[in-house]
Amino acid sequence: MAAIDILIYICLTIGVVFNTLGVVGLLRFPDLYTRMHATTKATTFGSIFTSLTVVVYGLYLFFTVNDSQYLTLAIHAFLAMACLAFTNAVSAHALARAAHRSGIMPMLAVVDRLAEAKL
Amino acid sequence: MIAFLVTAGAAFLMYLILTAGSGTIGFWSLSELVMGVLLACLTGLIARNFLCRSKNYRLLDPRRLLQLLVYVPGPFFVELTKANLDVAYRVITMKIRPGIIRVHSGLKTDLGIFMLANSITLTPGTLSVGIDEATNDLFIHNINVGEGDEKREVIESTELFGLANLPAWIRRIAE
Repeated sequence: MAAIDILIYICLTIGVVFNTLGVVGLLRFPDLYTRMHATTKATTFGSIFTSLTVVVYGLYLFFTVNDSQYLTLAIHAFLAMACLAFTNAVSAHALARAAHRSGIMPMLAVVDRLAEAKL
Repeated sequence: MIAFLVTAGAAFLMYLILTAGSGTIGFWSLSELVMGVLLACLTGLIARNFLCRSKNYRLLDPRRLLQLLVYVPGPFFVELTKANLDVAYRVITMKIRPGIIRVHSGLKTDLGIFMLANSITLTPGTLSVGIDEATNDLFIHNINVGEGDEKREVIESTELFGLANLPAWIRRIAE
């Protein structure tokens, strides 16, 4: 097995493991905020690594086969990765803020400074 | 005028990236280049007041852009990895102690607050929920509040990150 295959399998494994952990966290955690931790962080990392697999594979084919469509594939996958990382963070903030404003309080919380500040 | 040039330049760069590999002039074909210039000018005309709303061109400074390029795959990615191992640990063991804390950011500009809030959301056990716009403090949902931290009124933003000083990086890039 070539080194490139091993690299691709490693990236895919990391990606799938973290996406799975995100789903498990979604099922196990008690309330919205803790679930958002699992879904935003773990799936961002997982999606970054699955997209990285496509980037690595595209670049590998571009340099061996020398067909420019694989360069396009790699660049588009890279852009998708960057967009995923940033939109995930922004949408997580929007969801959490909307939930808190509409009165969903964090369960099991030891402290809630936002409710005390009354913004 | 600067706003138009910046927006059109950014749009043209994006078009070039998306169509790389289409021809023989560099990586591009002639038709894609002509179309790219036309579309970039159109985008610049329409969107110049959205991209450059604050009329502040700090980020055109190449040193800041270079630092941004180092920041994302460097210290930011290290913290991202640490965050994911931390969340994976808590998903498996269910050792959580959640709470919303007030974090003093010390940043003044919108861009700085935006970058810090996003970095916080993607790094160890923290999720930004709200912003106090009067003082630019952030409200952070922390999945594992440290012992005694729930009694403190304000927490410094540097205490949230263990390995790299992300707020200092953001201050250098955005302010």
